[in-house]
Amino acid sequence: MKHRLHVLACAAACSSMVATPLLAAPPTALGKPEGKLNIIAWPGYIERGETDKNYDWVTQFEKNTGCQVSVKTAATSDEMVSLMNSPNYDLVTASGDASLRLIYGKKVQEINPALIPSWNTLDPRVKNGSWYTVAGKVYGTPYQWGANFLMYNTKLYPSAPTSWAAVFEPGKLANGQPNKGKVQAYDGAIYIADAALYLMSKNPKLGIKDPYELNEAQYAEVLKLLRQQKQLTHRYWHDVTVQMNDFKKEGVAASSAWGYTINTLQAEKFPVEGVIPKEGATGWADTTMLHAKAQHPVCAYKWMEWSLNKNLQSGLAEWFGSNPVVAEACKTKAPGGSDFCKSNGFDRFAQIRFWKTPVAKCASQGNCVPYSRWTSDYIAIMGGR
Amino acid sequence: MMSIALPIPPAAPALGLWQRLGVTLYRHPGLQLGLLLGLPLLWFLVVYIGSLATLLVQSFFTFDDFTMEVSRELTLANYQQLLQPANFDVVLRTLSMASAVTLASAVLAFPLAYYMVRYARGWKKGFFYVAVMLPMWASYIVKVYAWTVLLAKDGIVYWAYQHLGLGGVVDWLMTIPLLGGNSLTTSHLGRFAVFTYIWLPFMILPIQAALERVPLGLMQASSDLGASGAQTFRHVILPLAFPGVVAGSIFTFSLTLGDYIIPQIIGPSGLFIGSMVYTMQGSIGNMPLAAAFTVVPVVIIALYLTGARKLGAFDAL
Repeated sequence: MKHRLHVLACAAACSSMVATPLLAAPPTALGKPEGKLNIIAWPGYIERGETDKNYDWVTQFEKNTGCQVSVKTAATSDEMVSLMNSPNYDLVTASGDASLRLIYGKKVQEINPALIPSWNTLDPRVKNGSWYTVAGKVYGTPYQWGANFLMYNTKLYPSAPTSWAAVFEPGKLANGQPNKGKVQAYDGAIYIADAALYLMSKNPKLGIKDPYELNEAQYAEVLKLLRQQKQLTHRYWHDVTVQMNDFKKEGVAASSAWGYTINTLQAEKFPVEGVIPKEGATGWADTTMLHAKAQHPVCAYKWMEWSLNKNLQSGLAEWFGSNPVVAEACKTKAPGGSDFCKSNGFDRFAQIRFWKTPVAKCASQGNCVPYSRWTSDYIAIMGGR
Repeated sequence: MMSIALPIPPAAPALGLWQRLGVTLYRHPGLQLGLLLGLPLLWFLVVYIGSLATLLVQSFFTFDDFTMEVSRELTLANYQQLLQPANFDVVLRTLSMASAVTLASAVLAFPLAYYMVRYARGWKKGFFYVAVMLPMWASYIVKVYAWTVLLAKDGIVYWAYQHLGLGGVVDWLMTIPLLGGNSLTTSHLGRFAVFTYIWLPFMILPIQAALERVPLGLMQASSDLGASGAQTFRHVILPLAFPGVVAGSIFTFSLTLGDYIIPQIIGPSGLFIGSMVYTMQGSIGNMPLAAAFTVVPVVIIALYLTGARKLGAFDAL
C-alpha cells in the first residue's frame, strides 16, 4: 500500500515537473509551507542578526511559518543569473538588469499578487514597474530600490556639481587642476544608460526617450560621448572597496557611486557627498522573483508577503542604504534611528531611470540596440577603441 | 576457478582468498592495470577531456544577438568575432602581459635560485625556502588588495620614490603609452609588478630544483679547463638548468593567461581573456563566444608546451 502511494505521489509530482511552469497559471491558493526556503540575495540583503543583532528579519519569519531560510549571496547580477540555472533555489532578489533576462530566459515564473495580502500596501510608484511586469503578467514582488548617485569629493567641489557633465566633460576642479584622470565610470555595460541619460537633456534633438532604448543613431552619439569620457577617466570602477580606496588615496574627484559607498566613506569622516544631478540618475529596483522550478513555492509566497512588512522594509533600507517599497516604512523607526528615506532619495523616485536590460524590440521606438551589443561595444571603449 | 588452471599438488595447502586474488592478478596483467588505472582514467576522461570537448563544441554554437539566446546551429562566427579589433585586443593584451611576466620572473628567479642552491647553507637555506614559500600560504585576494594600497598615490611606494627624489621618474614612466596610466595602481606597470610578485615563487622552485641537479664536478671541470665564470654559466649551468626555467615559465605563463582577478583590481581598464569569458558567460549569456575565448589560451598553452617539450623541459620530470 505504501509503495502504491509513493508511485502515485511521484506520478503527480513528476508530471508537474515535466509541465513547463511558464504555461501553467500561477497558483490561486496556497497549501502547507514546505519547511524550507532557499534564496539568492545581495550581500546584506537578507540578514538574520549575524552581523548586527539589531538587523534581523529572518528569525521571526522562521518562527511564524516554519520555513527554514538559507541564503546564498551573489556579488553581481551576472552571478545571480548563472545561479538561477540551478533548480535548487526558490527566490532571487534580482536587479532590473537581471530581472528581464530572467523572465525572457524562462528562469522565473509568474506570480499571483492576490496571494500576497500586503500587495496593496505597495508604493504606487513601484506597482507594475516595467522591470518585473511583462505583458500584464507579474513576475515577482518589489523589494527595495536605490539610485546611482554622483559622488564627489567636497574639497575638490566646494559646491555640489549640478550636472553629470562633471564626469562626462573636460572641466576644472576647485584646486585649478583639470579633471582629466580624476573621474571614474562604472565598468558594466549598463553604464551606457548613464551617458544616454546625460545626452537626453544635453542634446534633446537626439530624441532619446528612454536611456535603455536607443536606436542606432542615438546609440552612436552615446558611444561618442563615452569615448570622450574614456580620455578623462582615472579608471572604470568595478569593486566598491577599490573605488573607496581610489577616492581616499588616489585623489579621484567624482564618480557614479552607490549610497552604500557614500555612507561608508562619510562614516570614515572622508569628505564626500552624493547628489542626484539635474538630469536625474540611473538606479536599481530589486524584485524578489520566484524560480520557474521552485521546490518550496508556498514558503516563497510566505516570504514575499513577509518581505513587504514595514519593519523589515525600514530596517533593510537603513542597513543597505536603499529605499523601501512600502511608503509607510519611511515613518517606521529603523534600529539605527536615521532618516533613511531622506538620505537615500525616497522623494526623488521620478528622477530615477531604473536599470532594465536593453532589448532589441523596445517599447518607445520599435527597434533598439540590444544588450549584447552594449556589452561588446563597452568592452571596446574600456579597452581604448 | 577454471581460469586458474595450475596443477596444484594435492599436498599443497589450499590458497586463501587474498593469495588467489594475487595469483589472478599476476596472471592477468591487463586486469591489474585496469583496476589500478580504471577509476583515475575514467575521472580524467569525463571530468577533464569531457568538459574540454563540451567547451569546444559550444564554441561552434550560434548566439542570436536579438533574442540573446543560444541555438545549436553550428557556425564559425564566434571565431571570426575573436578577430574583431576589440576582441583581438583582449587576446594581445593578455598574451603580452603573460610573456612579460614570465620573462621578468625568470630574470628575477634565476639568481635567487642559484644563491639558494650554491651558497645558502644551514639556517640560511631554510630561511630562503620559507621566504619563497610563505607568500604562497597567504590569501591571494588579500595580497592583491594590499597592493592597491601600496601602489596608491598616497601609498608607500610613491612616498619612498618621493623621498629618494625619484618622483619625477615615476611621473615620467606613467606617461609612456604601454607602461603608464594615471598612477601606479591604474597602470600596466603596476599590474605587471603585481602579477610578477604573485607568480614569482612558481618560477623560483622549478629553477632551484633544476640547479640542484647540476653536478658540482662539471662546474669544477669547466674552470679546470680554463673557462671563465661567464663561460661556465653560458655553456654549462644555463643549458643544464634551462628545463627548469621552461618548467617554471609554464606556470607563470599559464597562470597569468588565465587570471581574471588582478586585471579587475589593478591596472588600466581593458579586459583580459579571463574577465572577458566571465563577462560573456555571466552578463549576456553568450556561452559560444565565451567558449571561443576559452579555446584561445588552450591553443596558446598547447603551442607553448610543444615548444617547451622541444627545449627539453619535460626530460627532467
